[in-house]
Amino acid sequence: MKTVFKRTPTLKDCPTHYCPGCGHGIAHRLIAEVIDELGIRGSTIGIAPVGCAVLEYDYIDVDMIEVAHGRAPAVATGMKRTNPDKIIFSYQGDGDLASIGAGEILHAGHRGEQITVIFINNAVFGMTGGQMAPTTMADQITATTPKGRNVAEEGYPLCVSELLAVLPGVSYIERCALSTTPNIRKAKKALKHAFEQQRNKAPGLSLVELLSTCPTYWRMSPADATKWIDNEMTKVFPLGRLKG
Amino acid sequence: MVEKGQISIGTEERVLMCGNEALAEAAILAGCDAYFGYPITPQNEIPAYMSRRMPEEGRVFVQSESELAAINMVFGASATGKRAMTSSSSPGISLMQEGMSFLAGAELPAVVVNVMRGGPGLGNIAPSQSDYFQATRGGGHGDYRTIVFGPSSVQEMADCISLAFELADKYLMTAMILADGFLGQMMEPVVLKKRPSVELPPKDWALTGAKDREQNIVRSLWLGEGVLEDLNFKLDDKYKQIQKNEVLCEEYEVDDAEIVVVAYGVAARIVSGAVTRAREEGIKVGWIRPITLWPFPTEQISKAADEFRLFLTVEMSTGQMVEDVKLAVAGKSPVVFYGRPGGGVPTVEEILDKIRQLTLGAKT
Ligand SMILES: Cc1ncc(C[n+]2csc(CCOP(=O)(O)OP(=O)(O)O)c2C)c(N)n1
Ligand code: SF4
Ligand SMILES: [Mg+2]
Repeated sequence: MKTVFKRTPTLKDCPTHYCPGCGHGIAHRLIAEVIDELGIRGSTIGIAPVGCAVLEYDYIDVDMIEVAHGRAPAVATGMKRTNPDKIIFSYQGDGDLASIGAGEILHAGHRGEQITVIFINNAVFGMTGGQMAPTTMADQITATTPKGRNVAEEGYPLCVSELLAVLPGVSYIERCALSTTPNIRKAKKALKHAFEQQRNKAPGLSLVELLSTCPTYWRMSPADATKWIDNEMTKVFPLGRLKG
Repeated sequence: MVEKGQISIGTEERVLMCGNEALAEAAILAGCDAYFGYPITPQNEIPAYMSRRMPEEGRVFVQSESELAAINMVFGASATGKRAMTSSSSPGISLMQEGMSFLAGAELPAVVVNVMRGGPGLGNIAPSQSDYFQATRGGGHGDYRTIVFGPSSVQEMADCISLAFELADKYLMTAMILADGFLGQMMEPVVLKKRPSVELPPKDWALTGAKDREQNIVRSLWLGEGVLEDLNFKLDDKYKQIQKNEVLCEEYEVDDAEIVVVAYGVAARIVSGAVTRAREEGIKVGWIRPITLWPFPTEQISKAADEFRLFLTVEMSTGQMVEDVKLAVAGKSPVVFYGRPGGGVPTVEEILDKIRQLTLGAKT
């Protein structure tokens, strides 16, 4: 019998704590595959966020650190500046990166830190119970927007990738969706490119934003959640390469 | 400013430097791989000095966007096994408390310098000792401690930072230099020497890429039942070891003293002047100067209190260390306090007056 698909070695052989249909698991698999395909496990250091993916080191078998909420780009700066030959990546949710850590990502990009950022945009704070994130869609119901996000008072969804793309220190940004198989394939290509940029010492920060499902707090079935990414989220967060 | 190559390691050559620069050069000598910091008065000489000297040595200097970022850069560099430090003054140190708590939880070494200024709030930029509580009680959230040095001369600024790097690596925690604007700006002759090398535990936990080995993880989240409690007890054991082994303090003419003045940092220098004058007047007075503020010289003070004496604590605050003095004295002798907060610096005359008043009080 021919093996057509197998678990990549850097993805640990264990069940995750994620809800059924959650995008985090897909993102982890893609990262692990890219690390193995590039053969960089032995020189990679990952940074786990505060968010549903806080236990990422239980699933991805590389050296990893868990850091304070939103501070990953600063931690990555400290690591990369003292270890220019290592591959440093952070993995951050939209609360982590776009809300509490907005300052850290902006300035890491501004300084042109040679790091790779994987930005999981699921339009809510998953871990704390589905509250509004900066990326929450207009009228979207969350734990803290019971009548739907009122843009007049709570602001429009924040497009961080577009904001970062104008910085000269940011060299590559692409937004992909963990929805359909072709989109997931594209996401993997983007991740690979981002890691390659860093491995090849291309100057500047590389970031891949992944639109990701949170069926639990979107109050949807996993199938409807992937459709919601493609039909609704992409209207506000258009897919494609923004820079580089 | 010291030029490259001017300081020969291990020589007894004296150079004239301000406290902030002496501390910075001593950090380089102690093998500091990376400095991260955000400007704030009265410690701006440190980042300015480091921005020139660290690249000369092929080491890392980054001016961070905030103190939040600075301490997290330290966190990142330290997790890879490098010696890293930051420096700031009171408002910036408040911002670093989140990171310092994470450093404690993850058991990572770090060196933090607080050149204190008056508070609360923006306060002023005059020298002060008002961050004693924050420094010696952990400061951030959670059950933890940091090692805290209270240097009182330019020489001690240099000596304490070398020891801080060593103890941070030895105990895997933050060591802090709690100085004040006075010490930072003051010029004095200093001898910059490398500490004799000691054997330190290997950094086999460091994140270096999991090449041909199992993954290393640096974390502070422990959800399993009882796991965090065990960690807290483990940290507590470590802190008890430090309290046993690492206390530093200096005493002067305590044996026959009827009055013992307790002070640290720049206040201790002023006290020393006042005590010398009081001795000339025939008053039996001595002083105890804690050099480590945590661990606190509880035993030394307690021993001094075994005989009935008056304890006078002098601080540039409304009274913070005095609580530790009272805990050490444990009711065996009276403890009085004299303080000048908000940037006020006591004069020799003021302290001398206080000592004279106490002798009168003792007689009546
Ligand atoms: C300083 C601080 N503030 C708040 C929290 C609580 N908190 C934990 S995760 C989180 C939001 C996570 O949302 P996101 O980054 O979008 O990750 P997700 O769970 O959606 O993947 C918050 C607010 C915290 N841990 N630390
Ligand atoms: S709450 Fe949402 S983001 Fe978190 S694990 Fe569940 S589905 Fe995933
Ligand atoms: Mg989220």
